[in-house]
Amino acid sequence: MIDLLAGFNGRLFLTVTLNGLTLAALYFIVASGFSLIFGLMRVVNMAHGSLYLLGGYVGYEVSVLSGSWLLALVAGAGAAALAGALLQKGIFGWMQGQDLRQTLAAIGVSIVLADLMLAQWGGTAYQLDLPAIFRSFVPLPVVNRYPMPRLMLIGLAVLIGIGLWAMLNRTRLGLLIRAGVDDRRMLEALGVDVPKVFLGVFAIGAGLAGLAGVIGGSVLSISPGEDARYLLSSLIVVIVGGMGSLSGAAIGALLVALAETYGLAYTPTYGVVYTFVIMVAVLAVRPQGLMGRPA
Amino acid sequence: MPTHFTRRLALLGGLAGALTAAALVPTPTLAQDTIRIGGLTTLEGPFAEPGKDSFRGMELAFEEVGYMVAGKKIEFIKASSNGNPDVALQSVRRLVEQDKTQIVVGPLSGSEGIRLRDYAKTAPQVTFFNGSSAAIETTLVDPAPNFYRFNTEGAQWTAALGTYVKKEKGWNKVVVVSEDYSFPYAQIFGFMGTYCSAGGEVPNKYFVPLGTKDFSSVIAQLPAKGEVDGMFVVLGGADAVNFLTQYAQSGGELPMIGGSITVDQTVLSAKGPARAMLPGVLSSGPISDNDPSPAWKAFVAAYKKKFPDGLPSPSLFAFNYYVSTKAALLGLEKVKGDLSDGAAAYRKVLDTLSFETPTGPVSINKNRQASATIFINEIVEKDGVLTTDPVTSVPNVDQFLGLSEAAYAKLGSPSRDNPSCP
Repeated sequence: MIDLLAGFNGRLFLTVTLNGLTLAALYFIVASGFSLIFGLMRVVNMAHGSLYLLGGYVGYEVSVLSGSWLLALVAGAGAAALAGALLQKGIFGWMQGQDLRQTLAAIGVSIVLADLMLAQWGGTAYQLDLPAIFRSFVPLPVVNRYPMPRLMLIGLAVLIGIGLWAMLNRTRLGLLIRAGVDDRRMLEALGVDVPKVFLGVFAIGAGLAGLAGVIGGSVLSISPGEDARYLLSSLIVVIVGGMGSLSGAAIGALLVALAETYGLAYTPTYGVVYTFVIMVAVLAVRPQGLMGRPA
Repeated sequence: MPTHFTRRLALLGGLAGALTAAALVPTPTLAQDTIRIGGLTTLEGPFAEPGKDSFRGMELAFEEVGYMVAGKKIEFIKASSNGNPDVALQSVRRLVEQDKTQIVVGPLSGSEGIRLRDYAKTAPQVTFFNGSSAAIETTLVDPAPNFYRFNTEGAQWTAALGTYVKKEKGWNKVVVVSEDYSFPYAQIFGFMGTYCSAGGEVPNKYFVPLGTKDFSSVIAQLPAKGEVDGMFVVLGGADAVNFLTQYAQSGGELPMIGGSITVDQTVLSAKGPARAMLPGVLSSGPISDNDPSPAWKAFVAAYKKKFPDGLPSPSLFAFNYYVSTKAALLGLEKVKGDLSDGAAAYRKVLDTLSFETPTGPVSINKNRQASATIFINEIVEKDGVLTTDPVTSVPNVDQFLGLSEAAYAKLGSPSRDNPSCP
């Protein structure tokens, strides 16, 4: 124990903590869309990871064509939102209210999309070029310097979090969504065009996945198999945080990402285990998730 | 209750009838004029791109003989894994038990190969040819009599590099960044074996799980330039690209030498800023993109002609699968396609088979492990395309790295902690 304390490296600890926070930011952006869709529609959108990947690939193509990263961001989010809306309109809308069928259909869609994307973009890893201002370092105490792209992630996640919060709490759509989360049937009875609201929510959730795809593709990279990885991380995040809760997604993302990064830094062999330990603990003590409401 | 009784009887009769019918239908797969060859690679997961290229290698070998061997038609059945030994085992079971393949070429990655070697012992009627899997144990520890590896393995690939880095580059201290499974252990084993005995030091090894996305926690621990002379990076596919990008983003400046699959076309042709890290990096492996020999040039030309949308130059996966498939076909030719009697005649021919590959001669030893040429390469950039230029080549590198079998056995088996020279 004394050895361990003597060997304690403050700089490393802080860097790893920052890394955990930035990874949490990425997880939050992906999982918030996932959670939003679930909260209102009770659809466990198993194709969420595919939308992430699609957004990343489309973003890459646009950034190569136009040379603009911002345009890539918009295009990636837009393409995923469009794909999400099409899925809702063309597939999930037909089985509204049948949760299990929708989930199974979503798994089918994710498999088809994964193969289509493999055929189109191949198995190579792709990366987007970040704008020059992001390719720099920020001087920080103790850590010395920290890469800008990763700090940018935190900023983006906070912006998106605030944006979503404002949308949910300050707009009419948000009002409808919150009403829908509480009582879907009552909302319908009040004469609201619920399918339209569903379509909007699905597009927003999918768009968030696409946005995260472009960001993830710039800071890390995108390649086949990422779809399943981000789907899994989103699932764990919302199970830990509570389905359908924005603050839950934030807390879940923080816990999962920090567990992953500390695990990798200090006990590389067991890094993967910790996230599942957290999930099991939460399920045992509070099955609805940390911020979730009992079903 | 007579009705009850009759119904049960009828059911039994029907069942028996169905069973007899199933037994009478001949299995169409055992027709005498076709030979079923299964291919197993990874078309999912971090090695998806290498996996695609390995099937290109197999198709090239089949194409050379027009999908015919000894007057019999070749039926090529593909199966995929994701790099996980359990998945590879499932896939190969399907190839053997359902598709009734008589020959299997594969798998792609290290631990999968070890699992398949064990499975081979339970399927003695099938002949297995290793794909590009390069763990040491596969053919060293308790090898299977029907598992052939006509490729060199991970330690053979890097043994020459250790000496070169110490003697020619004068690097005295190197850290290792590596994925945590059997193939990188083999690469580190080969490299450190010669590097440490030449007097080099490896103060630290950093292992990450296969498929790691976020390397920042590892990068934070790496020593700065000046503390050590360089780092030996043994990561493949998307992992390598992620690591290089993040290392560049974090401002890392350590000079790098690469493992055989870190500096392969599957990584070199990745798109994005990771490319900037690569020119000048040294590595070693069984192929060199710019090998001037006519045999290699002809192989590259055939690859490019057949796969215009393939990689700029065949990867070591395409090459290894090509050589393995070619070995399978040469053997079949020699026994006139005779796989009867548990493929006894076929195995006998294979045990002494040696032939010319695009990189020179290959032969196998009593463990059915190949000896072949190894290249030390440097990455160069030409017209925006990254390729490997041969610095030097070592012919006929054998399983025991030039040592006697007893001396080699003394080194122990490769693991996270062996070898060690801090």
